[in-house]
Amino acid sequence: MLSKKQLFSRGMLDIAPHMLSVIPFGIICGAIGVDLGFNPYLVYAMSIIIFGGASQIVFLQLLSGGASSLVAVTSVGVINSRHLLYGAVLSEYLEKLSLIKKLLISYVVVDQGFAESNKFFKKNKTEQYLHYHLLGTGITMWVCWQIATLAGIILGSFVPEELGLKFAIPLTFIAIVVQDLKKMDHVIVMLVCGISSLLFFEAPFKSYILISPVIALFVAALLLRLKK
Amino acid sequence: MTWLSITIAGILTYMTRMTMIVLVRRDLLGERIKAVLAYVPSAVFPAIIFPAIFINDYGVYIEMNDPKIFGAIVAVLVGYFSKNVIATIFSGLLSYWFVIFIF
Repeated sequence: MLSKKQLFSRGMLDIAPHMLSVIPFGIICGAIGVDLGFNPYLVYAMSIIIFGGASQIVFLQLLSGGASSLVAVTSVGVINSRHLLYGAVLSEYLEKLSLIKKLLISYVVVDQGFAESNKFFKKNKTEQYLHYHLLGTGITMWVCWQIATLAGIILGSFVPEELGLKFAIPLTFIAIVVQDLKKMDHVIVMLVCGISSLLFFEAPFKSYILISPVIALFVAALLLRLKK
Repeated sequence: MTWLSITIAGILTYMTRMTMIVLVRRDLLGERIKAVLAYVPSAVFPAIIFPAIFINDYGVYIEMNDPKIFGAIVAVLVGYFSKNVIATIFSGLLSYWFVIFIF
């Protein structure tokens, strides 16, 4: 049985490699916000209030492009709706927590943290303080995101654009799913999701990010039925 | 006005994080749904990966010889065999830079 501290450190350790892409992306996000002409305090406040990488950029880009607030807010909601799926998966492991702890831990659920903690949870179901792993991944992400966006806001885009560091983001997610390429059913689900996201990319409010997982999960359900 | 929008967007985002964690109970999900939920990472992350590789900043599909495709293929191969996140990210970036700066 691991202690709370051990689980927390393990979470930090598991998420740490992803900072390779999260930190440059945070710097870019902060710098873009200021470049688009927004108040620096406002750009930074988003990192605390929304705390959702790509959705923060999309929000500012939409507003500066002349979209209404309603469109910008709806897009953020749609982009971040994928957390609903993460929550549904994590709920099984967080069930025993009190309501207040559930409310608090929810704030730090992010893509990479969910992915790494979920992998850990699947292998260590019997640990008593599992949620400390999620706190470890989530809080590490939060702290790095705050520092990175702040650095981008204050220093501007000191990451040369020619390096194309935005490309590190898909690479981080490739690292997360790549081991599941061993399983044919997962390969099919990934291809369905990926191809759908390209087909529906132009759908309003960035809804491809919601439509594609729904289609892919539907295919997953069909595959499960075929397997029986 | 912008501050109000950010606050609403923040509340919405928090709701997406919190709702399922608070509401879902074990007995609420049948075995079938749980089995489907096991596919969530494979069903969600490609929607971030594919557009980030195949569609450029202007919303246009890239050419097949784009360095991003080469970088992504290298990252998949290195990631698959090394099982290492840092190696995956680095190999992808390095091969991408190799094509951009050296070719």
